[in-house]
Amino acid sequence: MIRAVIVMNTQGKPRLLKFYEFQPPEKQQELTRSVFAGQGALLSGRPDNVSNFVEADAIFGPVIFSSLLFVSFVAEITKKKKQEEFKEGTRLVYKHLATLYFVFVFDSCENELAMLDLIQVLVETLDRCFKNVCELDIVFNFNKMHTILDEIIFGGQVLETSSERVLKAVEEISRLEKSSSSVSFVPKSVSGRFGR
Amino acid sequence: MEQLKTIGRELAMGSQGGGWTGQSKEFLDLVKSIGEARSKAEEDRIILREIESLRRRIAEPDVPRRRMKEYIIRLVYAEMLGHDASFGYIHAVKMTHDDSLSLKRTGYLAVTLFLSDDHDLIILIVNTIQKDLRSDNYLIVCAALTAACKLINEETIPAVLPQVVDLLAHPKEAVRKKAVMALHRFYQRSPASVSHLISNFRKRLCDNDPGVMGATLCPLFDLITADVNSYKDLVISFVSILKQVAERRLPKAYDYHQMAAPFIQIKLLKILALLGSGDKQASGHIYNVLGDIFRKCESSSNIGNAVLYECICCVSSIYPNAKLLDAAAESTSKLIKINPDVAEEHQLAVIDCLEDPDDTLKRKTFELLYKMTKSTNVEVIVDRMIDYMISINDNHYKTEIASRCVELAEQFAPSNQWFIQTMNKVFEHAGDLVNVRVAHNLMRLIAEGFGEDDEGADSQLRSSAVNSYLRILGEPKLPSLFLQVICWVLGEYGTADGKYSASYIIGKLCDVTEAHLCNDTVKAYAISAIMKICAFEIAAGRKVEMLPECQSLIDELSASHSTDLQQRAYELQALLCLHSQAVESVIPLDASCEDIEVDRNLSFLDSFVQQSIEKGARPYIPEIERSGMFSVSNYTSQHQHETSSHTLRFEAYELPKPSPTPAAPQISVSTRTTDLVPVPETTYYTENNQASKLQPVLDASSADHGIKLHLVGVQKKWGRPTYSASSSTTSSSEKKTNGVTHLDGVSLQSQGTLYDSKGQQSEKQKLAASLFGASAGKTEKKPTSTQRAPKANTATAERPGVARAVSPEISKQKAASSPPPDLLDLGEPISTTTPTIDPFEQLEGLIGPTPGPSTLDNSVTTSEQKAPDLMALYTDTPPSSSSSISSGLGDLHSADKNSPMAKNVPSIKKGPNPQDSLQKDATARHVGVTPTGNNPNLFRDLLG
Repeated sequence: MIRAVIVMNTQGKPRLLKFYEFQPPEKQQELTRSVFAGQGALLSGRPDNVSNFVEADAIFGPVIFSSLLFVSFVAEITKKKKQEEFKEGTRLVYKHLATLYFVFVFDSCENELAMLDLIQVLVETLDRCFKNVCELDIVFNFNKMHTILDEIIFGGQVLETSSERVLKAVEEISRLEKSSSSVSFVPKSVSGRFGR
Repeated sequence: MEQLKTIGRELAMGSQGGGWTGQSKEFLDLVKSIGEARSKAEEDRIILREIESLRRRIAEPDVPRRRMKEYIIRLVYAEMLGHDASFGYIHAVKMTHDDSLSLKRTGYLAVTLFLSDDHDLIILIVNTIQKDLRSDNYLIVCAALTAACKLINEETIPAVLPQVVDLLAHPKEAVRKKAVMALHRFYQRSPASVSHLISNFRKRLCDNDPGVMGATLCPLFDLITADVNSYKDLVISFVSILKQVAERRLPKAYDYHQMAAPFIQIKLLKILALLGSGDKQASGHIYNVLGDIFRKCESSSNIGNAVLYECICCVSSIYPNAKLLDAAAESTSKLIKINPDVAEEHQLAVIDCLEDPDDTLKRKTFELLYKMTKSTNVEVIVDRMIDYMISINDNHYKTEIASRCVELAEQFAPSNQWFIQTMNKVFEHAGDLVNVRVAHNLMRLIAEGFGEDDEGADSQLRSSAVNSYLRILGEPKLPSLFLQVICWVLGEYGTADGKYSASYIIGKLCDVTEAHLCNDTVKAYAISAIMKICAFEIAAGRKVEMLPECQSLIDELSASHSTDLQQRAYELQALLCLHSQAVESVIPLDASCEDIEVDRNLSFLDSFVQQSIEKGARPYIPEIERSGMFSVSNYTSQHQHETSSHTLRFEAYELPKPSPTPAAPQISVSTRTTDLVPVPETTYYTENNQASKLQPVLDASSADHGIKLHLVGVQKKWGRPTYSASSSTTSSSEKKTNGVTHLDGVSLQSQGTLYDSKGQQSEKQKLAASLFGASAGKTEKKPTSTQRAPKANTATAERPGVARAVSPEISKQKAASSPPPDLLDLGEPISTTTPTIDPFEQLEGLIGPTPGPSTLDNSVTTSEQKAPDLMALYTDTPPSSSSSISSGLGDLHSADKNSPMAKNVPSIKKGPNPQDSLQKDATARHVGVTPTGNNPNLFRDLLG
């Protein structure tokens, strides 16, 4: 399952944190920090020409394996159970787009390459939603971002993989919210809060 | 600056009716000021101020609802930045009660982010969720499901479960999808409470909507992982779904980068891999569709590779199908087939990784290289590994790399020459980190060479080894293990080809002990080597002039604290005085590979024993016989003299039961003491005649006991079970191994050059070529298998060897010459003071028929010097103490005493020729360069 989705900018400021297993805020901060600048400077220190897959056990362990694609094929073990933290077999995949890092943390039940493409799905959806998405869109509309993410990932499982359908669902939510808020006589300025 | 720019953009967007117009000025200011914060501390200050103001304002009565919504969002924002906003939780909970969809959703979002599933406030939300799950507005239902998924814990599951199950049949597919997921979540939380509803997942699999179906795969995957067998019936459904997906029957919306619903395909393949593993029937259904996917997969895109990878995983885990396996292998090699340059590119990438500054990347690459090593590329890879090994400081990893180098070199070595060079490098740079065993293997290889037939090549190999070692000795710092190898080889073969003079080698060896701050083991190796060279010289009839540094070394070691070193020094001194023929038989030239067989019966002493008996000595009665007879005779009253011999009887409490197999040494010790102390001498004397009469009886019984005793006793007493005769079989099969290695290497060596035809290739390309061989990818599995086979043989061959060693013993069992080894317990292995007969005179006489009048004197003197050495080699008893013990015990049983002493001299089994046996003994000493206490396995390693 997917354990967490983290969006942060290149300075390591969190832009969206979604942990599918509850983490207290302090822990969330710690994990985010270690993902950004963990041992061996995880995301911040990674050159662009290295692989996007990182063994996330490393966040808690001493060693970081930046696994080559073909090498990462080798290790496939461990069962997931109820766990408080990222456990063995946890990997993270990230995508660096403009000023943002999109990070998915997931366990061995997921296909890494598929996860990489799921990030692509998320980003494509955001892009369609905000028309040329930039960091600020996400800063100011992070509740909308949550809505989109909820349509794609639900309780740690991939719910929907078609960005078209995600978009449709999100648009419908916005539309209905608008109408429902107008019904409840909320001023226009509030209804516009959700953008389109 | 960046912020200013974005503000500008914001305004522009705002005029377009864009994104942020809805937010209040305050929120914008907050985000802006945080964005402008120069440090974490400043950011914290801003947030704390914000939280303070929120705390104040949120508690105000009659906050307008839209305001409240914004406050909540700001709280979420603050918490995302790591600050505690717990005071606002209750307001978020309150917001979920709101009728407005927008506010309700915000409330739900906030609570899902704020609360854990065991938070106290959950109880306040459950009711709302229950209500919302029944709402007409499907968006409210969705929001409630999302919240339920996150917040409902084990205790509250029953409260919402019925509604969730009802929702599985909701007309809206978005709701069904989420209901499935929520149910899955409940299952993860508490499988027991949902177990009766699992059949719902199966139903949802047939949902009209592909999204719902896709979502259902997640729980099914979990369920199947937990219990494969109950879902075997679904294989056909999964296969048909996968087929439809692959045939693009799904809506276009699911296409991703020209792939038909790749995420669903991946999930299905994962499930099928689980279901098909080890199940021939289930796998049978899968083959077809897998084949289709293989054909359709294009590896041009990332997601295509993901599906392909999952396919390959699936094929490898289900019941094997040759065709599919081929397809899997083919699809992996497709890239290369399409264009060899592609492969080359990847090969170059691997080479690049080797030079990458990132250490972990390097390690991974070496792991990869280690796995793909073949005899064609072993040289390049091992060279690379050694280079890397030299460059790192991490001892742990160095050890690992070193052992891998050794392993690869042993497995794929193209030539012995190369092997020795490689080993030298490994030793030089990681000598103290590699296993001692490796050193012994190397020594053995040099000693045994290619095989029996090719003596010339062997000597060439040896002289090249000697040359390289003499060169290496110039290096300032060498690990001790490597020095040991060097010393041994120099001692053994330093002067063999006549290129170097003995004094030159001896000088070098003396330098070793001085220049390198070495430990006792190295010194022992060095002095043994010097001894060997001296012996060769003497045997060749040349005069050995003692170098001053050598003499000083001997002097130094004679005064060493280590008894082992001391002994060696004395031995060397003694050897220098010996006659050439004696020396030759003690240390024969190039005999390190000769097998040493131990005559445990000491049959070569038969004549000596016979002589003693003739002179009036009593025949030896084994320990058990003595005690056994003692007791048995009492009860059976076989011996009438028994009654007269003693008036006081101890047996009643002294001898509980004569154990038939007193194999354990402790038992024999106790019986011995009882024997020695209370029994008066007369018993034995009177027994003497009886015993000789009873000889045949005793023979049989002692033979019976003898076998067991020998095996047990020998191993325990000497602590070096390495004298076993099994060595011969092992070493011979090892030779075969070497031969195989050699052949493989020669035939395959040329392959690496195939790439050279490519014209102007860079250095790297060449390296890649040599690493990966021709792109055709010839797999050279052969060397591995052939290599392994002899090794296995070795293991099995050892046993018959042992058996063979035992069997002749029985046949040669003789009462007089078969003392059970527990006699050694007496701690009197040597008795130079034996008044009746000096056994060493006897032994010396055995050495050869040659000793003339002049050598006789010589031999007598040396025998006295040598005797303790001989013994001390095999027993740890210091020579000085032995004489006192033996003299104290008196000379009652001269035959007995002689035999344990003589017993320590191993002898050949094949013939009773005493000279041979002595020679063998000499060989034993010769090979056993360092039988020190800390190296007890040396013999085993050397000899198999």
